Amino acid sequence: MCLGIPGQIVAITDARRKLATVDVAGVKREINVSCIIGERAVEDCVGDWVLVHVGFAMSVIDEQQAMETLRILTELGEAQQEIAAMRGSGRT
Amino acid sequence: MTKPEPGKLMRPQRKLRDGIHVPKVTLAHGGGGKAMRDLIDDVFVSVFDNPVLAPLEDQARVSLSELALHGDRLAFTSDSFVVDPLEFPGGDIGKLAICGTVNDLSVGGAKPLFLSCSAIIEEGVDVALLRKLARSMAEAAAAAGVAIVTGDTKVVGHGACDKLFINTSGVGVIRTGVDLGAHRAGTGDAILVNGLLGDHGAAILVARGDLHLETPIESDCAALNGLIDALLNACPEVKFIRDATRGGIATVLNEIAEASGVGIEIDERAVPLRDEVKGFCEILGLDPLYLANEGKIVVVAPAAVAEKARAALASHPLGKDAAIVGHVAAGPAGRVVMQTKFGGKRIVDMLVGEQLPRIC
Amino acid sequence: MKYVDEFRDPEKAAALLAAIRELTQSVVRELRRPLHIMEVCGGHTHTIFRYGIANMLPAEIELVHGPGCPVCVLPMGQVDDCVAIAETPGVIFTTFGDAMRVPGSRKSLLQAKAEGADVRMVYSPLDALAIARDNPKREVVFFGLGFETTMPSTALTVLQAEAEGIVNFSLFCNHITIVPTIKAILDSPDLRIDAFLGPGHVSMVIGTTPYEFIARHYRRPLVVAGFEPLDILHSIWLVLKQMNEGRCEIENQYGRIAPAEGNPAALHAIAQVFELREFFEWRGLGSIDHSGVRMRAPYARYDAERKFALPALHIADPKSCQCGEVLKGVIKPWQCKVFGTACTPETPLGALMVSSEGACAAYYQYGDLEGLRSKRAADAA
Repeated sequence: MCLGIPGQIVAITDARRKLATVDVAGVKREINVSCIIGERAVEDCVGDWVLVHVGFAMSVIDEQQAMETLRILTELGEAQQEIAAMRGSGRT
Repeated sequence: MTKPEPGKLMRPQRKLRDGIHVPKVTLAHGGGGKAMRDLIDDVFVSVFDNPVLAPLEDQARVSLSELALHGDRLAFTSDSFVVDPLEFPGGDIGKLAICGTVNDLSVGGAKPLFLSCSAIIEEGVDVALLRKLARSMAEAAAAAGVAIVTGDTKVVGHGACDKLFINTSGVGVIRTGVDLGAHRAGTGDAILVNGLLGDHGAAILVARGDLHLETPIESDCAALNGLIDALLNACPEVKFIRDATRGGIATVLNEIAEASGVGIEIDERAVPLRDEVKGFCEILGLDPLYLANEGKIVVVAPAAVAEKARAALASHPLGKDAAIVGHVAAGPAGRVVMQTKFGGKRIVDMLVGEQLPRIC
Repeated sequence: MKYVDEFRDPEKAAALLAAIRELTQSVVRELRRPLHIMEVCGGHTHTIFRYGIANMLPAEIELVHGPGCPVCVLPMGQVDDCVAIAETPGVIFTTFGDAMRVPGSRKSLLQAKAEGADVRMVYSPLDALAIARDNPKREVVFFGLGFETTMPSTALTVLQAEAEGIVNFSLFCNHITIVPTIKAILDSPDLRIDAFLGPGHVSMVIGTTPYEFIARHYRRPLVVAGFEPLDILHSIWLVLKQMNEGRCEIENQYGRIAPAEGNPAALHAIAQVFELREFFEWRGLGSIDHSGVRMRAPYARYDAERKFALPALHIADPKSCQCGEVLKGVIKPWQCKVFGTACTPETPLGALMVSSEGACAAYYQYGDLEGLRSKRAADAA
């Protein structure tokens, strides 16, 4: 029960009903932002990157965590390259 | 046969009476009497206007010796168009009906010449809309250099058809020496497409309105005879061409693999898609390989001329984003495999039923 | 596409695969048998097949496809109820797309539509509410299925209907909960699962605490995983690290989207509108306690179960259907007696062949059918 896609909130369409426009690679759709507003005013959501699922924004994407995950994977790649290099040099 | 002078309306020998003055089509317009005559003349004949149509006999007549000037085999095709909605970004059912049949002829190496247009109209359809769609057909025909020379019109009661169904059949002549066939693919041959895929399928789904998506995506509906001429002139070695309509390129690739008894491998990184189609597919969980196109062809060409073929396509306005997407492999016969962007491989099978958006 | 393409990077994949290969050697040396990792979510199953991940992993890792596909586990009786509602005069029945093809005992919703029922596909429950708003004289029913991921959307839609005073709208609630499902798998005597890839989007709503019992009582690691191919590989790597280091924990790989505490607004909406059922029927798995939700009494007028007289029959799965065993990971799809013969995507016997994430449909569509058929023949011989 999972199909969710990241998109960016670009406008508020109905503040009272908590509806906003999300942009996913140029495709726009009206979504409900009740789950991600928190204590903020609706307008403050504009610019947020969110996970969109069946017409609702379900989570604000944590940029730090995203970077952190990618950093771990990049470092893993570098570590693998070092190991491979060491093995390679060990053979000569 | 003489080409009509541009802009000159050839008066049909039958006198156009008053034309239609009611806003909507009624069953009387299909009854065979004056109302029907008015519908045919006012809406269709007046805009299709050409010398072969002009006599308005029960059949169009064409000189065989003139046909033989273009090649040595007759190509004959037929297609029905039931698209909903009737109008969509990038085109309408009329344009689709002309381009679809022109393309079916062209991919066989034929010069498309004459089309029929048979319309089944649901009572209650706006006459103004019909006029617009007929004009669209006339424009598409003129742009493709073909003439609509015969046809039929029927009106049916509410609910007996969905607004408008059009059948266009077409004849063309295949150039001498051209022999394109799905069975001709051989190991090592390159697979090409002429541009961005999935635009038509996405545009139609969005235009239906149920998904409430806003996109700039337009149908790629276009007549490809000019493009295909350019390709075959530069690359007579091309083995096969097919337009990738319903079922997308995945369907055509499977058809080639099966007909030729070969395997096919494509590279996901080489498949041209516009960003909005990617986004559209991600939101709904659809696979762009199965989305319909109305201005895209799949080409099989020997590896040695692959780049020449790609360049020939790319030099034409309708082939701007042409790409080599894969090749015929030594793999199991009938199987299409895709090397994913990610590094793994997966099978690209025939579509079963309709692609439905996922929740998961 | 931002936050998507970066997590499909083939270079990072290569690094992860190398690391996975090394850890696998180490872990399997201890175990002396292949490793079974279950991905619970249908969405994970789809990613695995779409990117050909299973074939990239070392042979000693077997991915077992779990029951986290709400369309797959829909029993025929529920589909019959949907059809009954859809065929009620005046009703507009709205549903997510992939639910339309699941076979009932007589027909699917798609077939009911072909026969004249007004069945409409929607992307969001809010679209169903809009249809109700635009058609005040028709009764609009929304088929609410899905795990906790989708419950908030349905709940918020009901709350919106109430706020606007819309009366011609109701929900046919078939939402299910993930924890009893995983527990049923863990309690199954045929169980052979060593670790789990946890449901990333369910966790986005419920957080990661609900899974603690899996590590504490059942001693199985669970890594909450995202849905891009790198997320899956990363999560498998984290599982292997745990096993190699003798740890057994609930880990969150999908922190960028699934917070450990879940989503308070979503949980609040769910608590307002829904309550647990004592038990709920699952295709292939039978009845599982507390595995479904129904609408609370204050929302009775939005409850299709109360508004419509439903057959509500228990329809047994077809005898030849082995969906239950596949869902629990006891057999692989191609080991099912009717896979690819009586049961195909065109003529599905069980729901695993219907949904595009069902393991059987995925194998059928993306897998090597010829190879699987000969494997099954070899096994039988």
